[in-house]
Parts: sequence; structure tokens; C-alpha cells
Amino acid sequence: MSSEIFPRKYSARKRSQAVALTMVRLSALTVLGTLAFIITFVVWQGAGSLNWEFLSQFPRESMTAGGVFPAILGTLALAAGALLIALPLGCGAAVFLSEYARPGPLMTVIRLGVSNLAGVPSVVFGLFGLALFVGQFGFGRSLLSGCLTLALLILPTVTAASEEALRQVPLTFREAATALGAGKWQAIRQVILPAALPNMLTGAILSLGRAAGETAPIMFTAAAAYTLAMPDSVFSEVMALSTHIYNLATSGTHIEATRPLQYGSVLVLLSLTLGLSLCAIILRARLRKERQW
Amino acid sequence: MVNTSAISAHEVDFFYGDFQALKKINLDLEERRISAFIGPSGCGKSTFLRLLNRMNDAVAGARMSGRVLVKGRSIYDRNADPVEVRRKVGMVFQKPNPFPKSIYENICYGPRLVGIKKSADLDSIVEKALRSAALWEEVKDALNKSALALSGGQQQRLCIARSLALSPDVLLMDEPTSALDPIATAKIEEWIKEAARELTVVIVTHNMQQAARVSDATAFFYLGELVEFGPTKELFTNPVNKRTENYITGRFG
Repeated sequence: MSSEIFPRKYSARKRSQAVALTMVRLSALTVLGTLAFIITFVVWQGAGSLNWEFLSQFPRESMTAGGVFPAILGTLALAAGALLIALPLGCGAAVFLSEYARPGPLMTVIRLGVSNLAGVPSVVFGLFGLALFVGQFGFGRSLLSGCLTLALLILPTVTAASEEALRQVPLTFREAATALGAGKWQAIRQVILPAALPNMLTGAILSLGRAAGETAPIMFTAAAAYTLAMPDSVFSEVMALSTHIYNLATSGTHIEATRPLQYGSVLVLLSLTLGLSLCAIILRARLRKERQW
Repeated sequence: MVNTSAISAHEVDFFYGDFQALKKINLDLEERRISAFIGPSGCGKSTFLRLLNRMNDAVAGARMSGRVLVKGRSIYDRNADPVEVRRKVGMVFQKPNPFPKSIYENICYGPRLVGIKKSADLDSIVEKALRSAALWEEVKDALNKSALALSGGQQQRLCIARSLALSPDVLLMDEPTSALDPIATAKIEEWIKEAARELTVVIVTHNMQQAARVSDATAFFYLGELVEFGPTKELFTNPVNKRTENYITGRFG
């Protein structure tokens, strides 16, 4: 009797189950492991050169010594500026898509545009920014050109996140506002946007991290390899962490000697972007708990 | 002043795409009366209710013909402003839907839209609206608390108060108690009976006992048609139409 309940195929089925489970587990572990490895490696290599002097001083002796203070400042200014430009534009596009546009060819085209813009390689944005902002508009290599270029780069992400946030606002809020005599735009401005704002901000912070880490778009449009001057206007060239790392590692005069500085800069940049993502995640978790409608 | 109609509908047809949701509805609702719309799901009662303050305007692919008069004025005329219509004909929904703002701000929303700004005016509107929705005693010390912190029944009474703050002539209620427990339901029903002294109330309900308890007149909808309309007592005790009888005796629905 036991031979019927436990047929011979049983063990084969069990084996394939075990193999499959192992495979998917390994896949998940690889994802996590990659992140863990990058962080560990960068901390291992970079922690040694990290100190107050490194964070607060200018580079010295042809960038073979000193700190990365202007690069940190430049990266923050570029990312923040990009977000300031992209957020209103992205929100506007999202409001149009989610509240006004009726399903149809126009909406399809805009949606396709947004998702294709997200797929454009960042170096193309860099060259576009070089041609348009630096050249055509005459902004030169400057903070402004860099911010505008980065803004275009993160625009699709900001738009998509904002649209998603708007769609999460319950229909019942729109009905309530309409039934109380609100016009469409009044309902959007007074009820829907405030309700969607927290989720929009979460998306925006994630984009901020993305903008801070980009290299190619600012290489052509904003970044100085080395400048002793602090930016005094939006038309100044700025240093940035990502391009600083690139310069030290590829075209410096003492590439080997500056390894510790390179890893130090990588560690600073990584902390910055991961820190921003972490902020966004914490913010989202808190808001989810607070807002249960 | 005999035979004043708060609302009258003439030959109203309504389509969602190719589907005809309402067929030639003719109906007169008296002022300061409570009317109930009953019928099985999908019979068109909610669709008809939402036509009465133009809440179906935004529905994609919807089409309407016929005339709806509120206090003798045609609300679907070319020069009728839907926003003005909604200020005169308020609506309370199935699920309480307060804004994620304070109790005070929820009630001020409508009055602010019509341009009332002075805080003394708003204060008195808030108190009056909360009193008439029988919520004042429970929340008077917590007006700045989030409306979402209230219980379901309180939220629904807040939504009623929010509509009343605009002093509408008519209040439409779309299954207002279906998300509430029996005690909260009883409070709302009690309120409806009180309110009809000053207000015309139209309530859509799934619950026939509720219609029998609160309403003066009842309309039975079935498959997009208005089958029967009359004084509630007569409709429930002595229905004219066979389909009405079958429905109220529970033979279908």
C-alpha cells in the first residue's frame, strides 16, 4: 500500500521543486549580494581617506591631495537645481495625463514619449545639453546648463511617479469636491494635489538620487575638471563628484597614487545617493501608515 | 403652493455607450418630502440620482436626453452651469468621503468656494451645519482634528454637514448607510426625517425596510425603467404593478 501513496515519481518531483527553489533563491541573493558587495568594497577601500579635511577642503597639488568639498557642493547644487526645474514640469504633465487627457491617440503618444524619453541613454542627454543649452542658448558650461540637462533626464521619472501618485488619490475625493461645487481645476488644486503630494515627493527624492549620480550629462555641460573658484552664479562652472571620480581615474597625472582619493570620492557619492533613496523609503513608509483612505 | 415640485424629470433617457441605463423616466418629487429609490443592483436608480445634480457629466461615453427641472429650472439647458446646480443640489455618497483635512476645513470647503472668507461667518456656518447634521455635540471640542480620525458613522454625518453648509434645496443620498453599522444607520435615518422639514431628500437604498421606515414616497426602478412611484405606504402594502409586488415580497432582486 505504501508503494501507491509514495510512487517512484515522487522523489523526482520533489527534486525538481528543490532545484527550482534553489535557483530563485540564488537569483534573489545575487541581487542583494551585488549591493552588499559594492557597499562593502567601497567602504573598505574608501573609508581610509574619509575625514573632515577630505570633506571640507579643496583639492591640492594637481588633485593628488586635499579634499572634495567643491565637488560635493557642485553635485548637490546640480541635483537640487535639476529637481526644481523637473518637478513643476513633471507635475504639470502628470496632472494633464491623469486628470484631463481622455484615452485616445494624444494620450498614447504622450505616454510613449514619456517612456521613450526614459530610455534615452544619458550620454545623449549630455550631447543634447551641450548643443542646446551650452551652445545655442549661450549658457556655456555652467551650473544652469547642467541643471537643465539633468532636469530633462529625470523628467520622465518625475512625470511617471507624479502620475502614479495622482492615480492613487481615491475617486471619492474627486466626487466629493465636484458635488460641493468645485470646478475641475479647483478640485485638482485644493484636494487632489495636496493628497498626492507626499507620494510625488517620494518619487522626486528618488530622482534626486539619480541626478546626483549621473556623469555623462554634466561632463559636457557643467563640470569643470578642477576649479579653485566657488560658483558665484548659475553661469559658473562647477565640480561634481561623479566627474571628479572619472577625471581622477582616467586622466589624472598620478592615477595610481590617487586611488585612495578616488575611492573616498566614490564612498561620498554612494552615501549621498543611497542616503537619498533611504530618505524616500522612510518617508513613503511613514506616509503609508498615516494615510489610510 | 399646492403641487410644488422640487425636482421633475421628463422623458429622461440615459446611455452608457450602447447600453441604455434609463428608459423614458418621468417623475415629480415634491418639495420637503423624503423620496426613496429602490430596485435591484443595476436597475438605474443610482444613475438617475446622479443625473439630478449632473454628477454624470464627466462619465466617458455617456449620453442623456430629456429634461430635468430643479425648482422649475432646467438644469441641462445650454446655459445652465453644472457647478451652480451642484451647489443647490447636494450629494452624500455610499462610502463616507471626508477630505484628509480637519473637521472644520471639511465643512468650510463649499462655503469657501462661493467666496465666504470671514472667519466669523465660517465659524457660524460650521456650527450650524454640524448641529443640523447632529454631530456638533460630539466634535465641538475637536474641530481641528483630522476628519479621518472620526468613526464611519461620524464621517458620514460630517459629509452630510459638509453638504448642508452650502444650504442646498435638495440633498441626494446614494446608499448613505450601506457602509455603516445599525446604530450609525439609525442615527442617519433619524436625521433624514428631521431634515425633511426644511429640505427635499432623495435617498437611494438597497434596503427596503429603510425605504419603508424613512420615506414619504418610493420609486421602484427595474431594468432602467421606473416601474412604480407612489406614497411609500401604498407602494409597500398595495403595489399596483406585479413586478413591484414580486420585488418587495422578495421574489427576486
